[in-house]
Amino acid sequence: MTAANGTSVSIQDLSLNFGVISVLQTLNLDVAEGEFIVLLGPSGCGKSTLLNCIAGLLDISEGRIFIKGKNVTWEEPKDRGIGMVFQSYALYPQMTVEKNLSFGLRVAGIPKDEIGKRIARAAEILQIEPLLQRKPAALSGGQRQRVAIGRALVRDVDVFLFDEPLSNLDAKLRAELRVEIKLLHRKLQNTMIYVTHDQIEAMTLADRIAVMKGGVIQQLDAPQTIYNRPVNRFVAGFLGSPAMNFIDGHLENADGGWRFVADALKIPLGTYDFAGPPVAGPVSFGIRPEHVSLNSGTGWPFSTDAKVEVVEPMGSDTLVWLKLAQQNFSVRVTSERTPKNDEAVTLGFDPMRASLFDTATGTRI
Amino acid sequence: MSMANTTVQTSTAAGARQDVTEPYGPKPRRMFSRRNIFLYGTLIVVALYYLLPLYVMVVTSLKGMPEIRLGNIFSPPLEITFEPWVKAWATACTGLNCDGLSRGFWNSVRITVPSVLLSIAIASVNGYALANWRFKGADTFFVILIVGAFIPYQVMIYPIVIILREIGLYGSLSGLVIVHSIFGMPILTLLFRNYFSSMPEELFRAARVDGAGFWGIFLRIMLPMSLPIFVVAIILQVTGIWNDFLFGVVYTRPDTYPMTVQLNNIVNSVQGVKEYNVNMAATILTGLVPLIVYFISGKLFVRGIAAGAVKG
Repeated sequence: MTAANGTSVSIQDLSLNFGVISVLQTLNLDVAEGEFIVLLGPSGCGKSTLLNCIAGLLDISEGRIFIKGKNVTWEEPKDRGIGMVFQSYALYPQMTVEKNLSFGLRVAGIPKDEIGKRIARAAEILQIEPLLQRKPAALSGGQRQRVAIGRALVRDVDVFLFDEPLSNLDAKLRAELRVEIKLLHRKLQNTMIYVTHDQIEAMTLADRIAVMKGGVIQQLDAPQTIYNRPVNRFVAGFLGSPAMNFIDGHLENADGGWRFVADALKIPLGTYDFAGPPVAGPVSFGIRPEHVSLNSGTGWPFSTDAKVEVVEPMGSDTLVWLKLAQQNFSVRVTSERTPKNDEAVTLGFDPMRASLFDTATGTRI
Repeated sequence: MSMANTTVQTSTAAGARQDVTEPYGPKPRRMFSRRNIFLYGTLIVVALYYLLPLYVMVVTSLKGMPEIRLGNIFSPPLEITFEPWVKAWATACTGLNCDGLSRGFWNSVRITVPSVLLSIAIASVNGYALANWRFKGADTFFVILIVGAFIPYQVMIYPIVIILREIGLYGSLSGLVIVHSIFGMPILTLLFRNYFSSMPEELFRAARVDGAGFWGIFLRIMLPMSLPIFVVAIILQVTGIWNDFLFGVVYTRPDTYPMTVQLNNIVNSVQGVKEYNVNMAATILTGLVPLIVYFISGKLFVRGIAAGAVKG
């Protein structure tokens, strides 16, 4: 069995154990040619470990890894056709930028004029030509990370691996380099696998996001799908800022239709798209703050009255906190429509945009 | 409420009473504060305690024997003479040899230089392998090595005599070089392992992705970054091996005795008059090498010791 055509990286039944601790469990992942995959998850979920396995920096316990259709499970990192960018940049401090870029090529014994050509090309793409003779200590964080990307670039590899490359930068630089990485991907059309815990990076960069938890990929999908139809409560809660609202209650069938009930709150689910045949029982009702409308008439499939508790203005918009069925609930409104504290308001939303999760298993219903 | 008010008022009043002006800028410090008197007093006493013997040694070594017999050991020499120094270096007798410490000096050089180079070369690779290439059994190996550091030397003296005799190196300088290299291994390996462990792991990974192997990473990435720890290791080894007496006296023969053993033989020779001036000169000469090493590299030494702690 070999990897399917058009697949750049294929991970098959990969497991990794450190002694009795299982870090990755029979993990499967196929990355298409030229695709930008983001591995997203909280710290300790195994995303960086998975990346290190792909790079060949960690020996795996089970399974195999294909890159460009070649089984590289036992190959050294340098023979896998990968370039890697690290969180701490990992530039060689005693070498100039130019020597940093050329180190791998010199080790591989590539002719001098070829090295020169590749460095010139990488330096031009990343706009680091004026920095070539400097030492890493004389560079800013953003420049260092650009050099680190350049080091992967000059190796002319098929697959780029990024291990939280922007986490050490301040917020402004992070946003800048995020755009640059996206442009770089458009320009190069390489396969890129990018590890991050930052959902904004994941949403903006990825063709597909793999949300990981406990060494298992929870959901692998396009960013919008993951955002709108999370497969379980963990994914729903991890993505989105401000986070999704959850109300605990139960599902019941009344008057020929399903509805969600929590205390006095009854939400009819006529428009909700069930993942399977619904069963009555305890569930969590989740809806994102921006999918709820405040004081906008009664045209919604569901609307209810509530009282504002706290208002959090965030510049571009405002987060309004109130109570629904005695549970905290937030609504995102444009800053012009910010209500006052204690103001009575009307909420309205379409249950179609909501997500229902089984309380016990957390899976989407 | 009223309680709180009262407290605030009292404290303001007290503050106003004590200070003529508002506190502003750096807090004034008195030169003769109790803290300073204790601090500098202790430092001066300790410095005198350690310097006094050295002073006596230097002064005595510059006196002639008649002046020494007068007994004023603290008084400076009336007539400065370098005779004792020359004698100590070139003509003092130990047993049958009467060529002073010079023979021992060159023996010590021939012992110290290869021992230092050999032990550091091996220990640095050991430390690097232990820190970065987590091979199977690495932890066990490390524990055994560290336990080695705690076993008293005396236990191993006789077995090593037998081993050296069996491989035909007993009494030779190379035998002693091997012994020194082995005994330096635990502490040096620990030193290098900790230093290399403190280096960012990602640097090592980046070098692997770039295709460098075991030796490539060691020689081209790690070595250029580890000057401070090499300085520390060199100082430790040079002073340790130069000052060694026990191994020197056990594993060498009279004509290959290191300087320390020869010094002992000069100072402790029982026949004739005790030549204190020659003994003092010989002792200073023997201690000169570690002293010079400290003076030259003191700053680097401190920097190297601290390097592990501050490295980001």
